[in-house]
Amino acid sequence: MIRAALVLALLATPAAAAERVVSLGGAITEIVVALGQGDRLVARDATSTWPETVTALPDVGYMRALSAEGVLSVAPDLILAAEGAGPAEAVSMLRAARVPYVEVPEATDGAGVLHRISAVAGALGVAERGAALAEAVAADLARLEGLRAEVARPARVLFVLSMQGGRLMASGTGTAADGIIRMAGGANVITDFAGYRLLSDEAVLAAAPDVVLMMDRGDGHAVAADDLFAHPALVATAAGRDRRLVRMDGLLLLGFGPRTAQAALALHRALYPLAPAEG
Amino acid sequence: MVALPWPGRRAAIEDGDRSARARTVMAGLLGLVAVASVASLATGAAGVSLWQALASLARGEALGLREQVVILDIRLPRLALGLMVGAALAVGGAVMQGLFRNPLADPGLVGVGAGAGLGAVVAIVLGGLLPAGVAAAVGVHIVPLAAFLGGWATTLLLYRVSTRGGRTSVATMLLAGLALGALAGALTGILVYVADDRQLRDLTFWGLGSLAGANWTKVWTAAPIILGALVAAPFLARALNGLALGEAAAAHMGVPVQRAKTLAILTVAAATGAAVAVSGGIGFVGIVVPHLLRLAIGPDHRFLLPAAGLLGAALLVLSDIVARSIIAPAELPIGIVTAVLGAPVFLWILLRRRGVVDL
Repeated sequence: MIRAALVLALLATPAAAAERVVSLGGAITEIVVALGQGDRLVARDATSTWPETVTALPDVGYMRALSAEGVLSVAPDLILAAEGAGPAEAVSMLRAARVPYVEVPEATDGAGVLHRISAVAGALGVAERGAALAEAVAADLARLEGLRAEVARPARVLFVLSMQGGRLMASGTGTAADGIIRMAGGANVITDFAGYRLLSDEAVLAAAPDVVLMMDRGDGHAVAADDLFAHPALVATAAGRDRRLVRMDGLLLLGFGPRTAQAALALHRALYPLAPAEG
Repeated sequence: MVALPWPGRRAAIEDGDRSARARTVMAGLLGLVAVASVASLATGAAGVSLWQALASLARGEALGLREQVVILDIRLPRLALGLMVGAALAVGGAVMQGLFRNPLADPGLVGVGAGAGLGAVVAIVLGGLLPAGVAAAVGVHIVPLAAFLGGWATTLLLYRVSTRGGRTSVATMLLAGLALGALAGALTGILVYVADDRQLRDLTFWGLGSLAGANWTKVWTAAPIILGALVAAPFLARALNGLALGEAAAAHMGVPVQRAKTLAILTVAAATGAAVAVSGGIGFVGIVVPHLLRLAIGPDHRFLLPAAGLLGAALLVLSDIVARSIIAPAELPIGIVTAVLGAPVFLWILLRRRGVVDL
């Protein structure tokens, strides 16, 4: 269905390339900029915060709570939206206004990133640049695959989204966090549930992580390592004993855009600091 | 607890007959609704001018696609929905305060809010489990539909619980409403717990309320229910005036007490259930609007109910203008605007007229 929507949207795209593009979704915006098409953007959503230049563009709000008139106010001739942008009423109104609306599929692995790049490049009419970018990303992905093959014992990683009242909100399967841990050659310790949940202390103990992975909010409000490792169950795990905490920028880590392969490489290096440095 | 004195009753006694004043206020409110409506059609992020559109229509030219979509498919249904929802919430609040003889009563007391919230959460979290055929048939209307059914079912259940031998006890209803509200809250909590990241965000935005999803389908679905309830409400005015003196006194005055109660509960459930279903949770209109008007025109429901409808409609449309222009091209959930505008005004009135509004 997604693909059908994509094809329809492409057919509806006028022959002249769109020059007023609205990008909805942090990773989508990153791809547009990485394709060298950043100057065609006229607006972005609240999750599009990288590279910094795009923050100067008008912000049409959070991508799941869009206002149709707000988006139309920047007079777009192409809307690139991550899967899940909405609400559905706003999207159907944008379609009614005959603004080409291209939905870019969700991604939680390397193949998904490549698919996203080709979808965005196709919609922007820069398929060649898209192929070049995809090739560069694919090269990084191949390098990652080599590194993963060398891992003898995968690091057991616990992704902590936040700490609420002393309890850990952790990622299960099927999330972007789960995807990036796999790509980096680690093993997500939580496989009992999908999505994000608050963990009980005993579940933390049973998970027995070697490393805790968190997002770096970059504003000094992140949970301090001291607070994190004061957690009564975490203290008793290998991660707590060695105080191993890896922090990475949220959009870089979980965006699944053009920087994802590099993010996975960086995470790999953080997980396996003793592995031989590769050229 | 139930028989608190009317705010404004003392003022009414001092001022005597205020019906002339009420008529003036209502004429003013009608003007306010008209001004708010035109302003709502004329303002918006898209910079499409209503005047230019009207001028080109007057010249017999067709509107451009952009003008057509923005004015006819975005702003107009949004205005219609705002008028209806605002009127429904305010009239629902006025009727509830009259029925429960309690200045704090709002439509939430008949379980509409909790039930509709539960319905919406069920639809958002479990909607994906529906068989594909059913899901395709209800489509994006599943959340409003579930919210309306949830609100309606809760009200009927509450009505059953508090009606014994053909008599509805408002005191039982108040307490049973608390219990049912807690139960609905717990069920909602369970669903929130199993919800994933995206569903949680959808839930949050639903709870804040918005008219952003307005379209003609919603208008035509909600209109018969809300307008029907708004037409029925004024017929309750005499009964509510009688009930202000207490149920026994009202019965002696010839008020058909039980029938009035049933009609009031059904009216409120229909109006606010439909309003909440199409716009999410919008707070404070049902409390602030009737109280403002009681201070201005007194507690006579013959004037209070229509005036509440007018002021509620105008207030919501004006709030919506603020919601969609203050951080354009993004927009605020309207529930935030009504509370931020409503709460300080309400406090100010309470402080200024402390002697009158003596709870």
